[in-house]
Amino acid sequence: MIASLSLILLCQLAGEVIVRGLGLPLPGPVVGLLFLLLLLLARDRFVALARGPLQQDGVENASRGLLAHLSLLFVPAGVGVVQKLDLVAEHGIAVAVVLAISVVVTLLVTVATFLVASRLMSRGRSAP
Amino acid sequence: MSANPFSLWVYLSQSPLLWLTVTLLVYATTDALSLMTHRHPLANPVLHSIWIIGAFLMLTGTSYTTYFGGAQFVHFLLGPATVALAVPLYENRKVVAAAILPMLAALVVGSVTAVVSVVLLAEAVGLPRAVVLSLAPKSVTAGVAMGISESLHADPSLTAVAVVLTGIMGAIIVTPLMNRMGITDFRARGFAVGIAAHGIGTARAFQVDAVAGVFAGIAMSLNALVTSLLVPLAVTLLVR
Repeated sequence: MIASLSLILLCQLAGEVIVRGLGLPLPGPVVGLLFLLLLLLARDRFVALARGPLQQDGVENASRGLLAHLSLLFVPAGVGVVQKLDLVAEHGIAVAVVLAISVVVTLLVTVATFLVASRLMSRGRSAP
Repeated sequence: MSANPFSLWVYLSQSPLLWLTVTLLVYATTDALSLMTHRHPLANPVLHSIWIIGAFLMLTGTSYTTYFGGAQFVHFLLGPATVALAVPLYENRKVVAAAILPMLAALVVGSVTAVVSVVLLAEAVGLPRAVVLSLAPKSVTAGVAMGISESLHADPSLTAVAVVLTGIMGAIIVTPLMNRMGITDFRARGFAVGIAAHGIGTARAFQVDAVAGVFAGIAMSLNALVTSLLVPLAVTLLVR
């Protein structure tokens, strides 16, 4: 468990170092995600890597544990709304309406694109 | 019992212990209530935790800084949780590889729509420039969005609030909206909510359907990548 958490933190740390070091316009944890994915893929190819947290579902179980309560992690940031009450009073309704419309539009456009692209693909596959 | 209850409160209200406990306890309660209502969209545990904790802070006159002293231990886990998304991505690599083209198309179109729609709408209703910039990255997960906001010299704490609000709205609306539209492909439904409403939407997708949850998680992590590149560009092009 400790080794698995350390591996996750190590990936994030490596991500932060690379992002800061090279001045990339990317968040460190996202680069960390890529590192962990590459490590997991490399482990399947090279048996020598399958040790410590990379064996017996070690890092997999730790990650599942973290992701099981993903929505809890947003609570502290969300409570930050108490600092923004003046802004809420001034622009609250406009901001809420803008965000709500944007969410609905994004949901519909994304789901439509996915379905159209997947239909085009299956048609392309069955045609020839 | 020599201690005066007031001095005990003064001591506890400044300690991280109390606020960490309050955060976990309120979330555990609202999550149990959400489970009791069979995960009704309006029983969203994040929404109810936020107003209950917020009201409690205001009633006790506690500052957000003091509260965050305790809650930061939970907040910190957003980064490792983003890294952890590599695992569902790895485990479902075959399903993902099979749907790679629709996913890439939906990713590009969806991320652009999420950023452009919010910037254009916010400009149209005449919100100040600082607010528009802070709202732009609202569809990606909190840690990433706050980083983007910082790099734009916007207000990261306002971005965090916009991110959480967007996530809650997406999580509440996705199931009724998709049912009304008659969309039964859970890959597409999950992917859309991951793009539009990041981790809170992903948590909702896992409640509804396992495949939807996986696709939401993938969409959320890919969107974090794309939006980090897209927002600076969109802001240069669209904001006055």
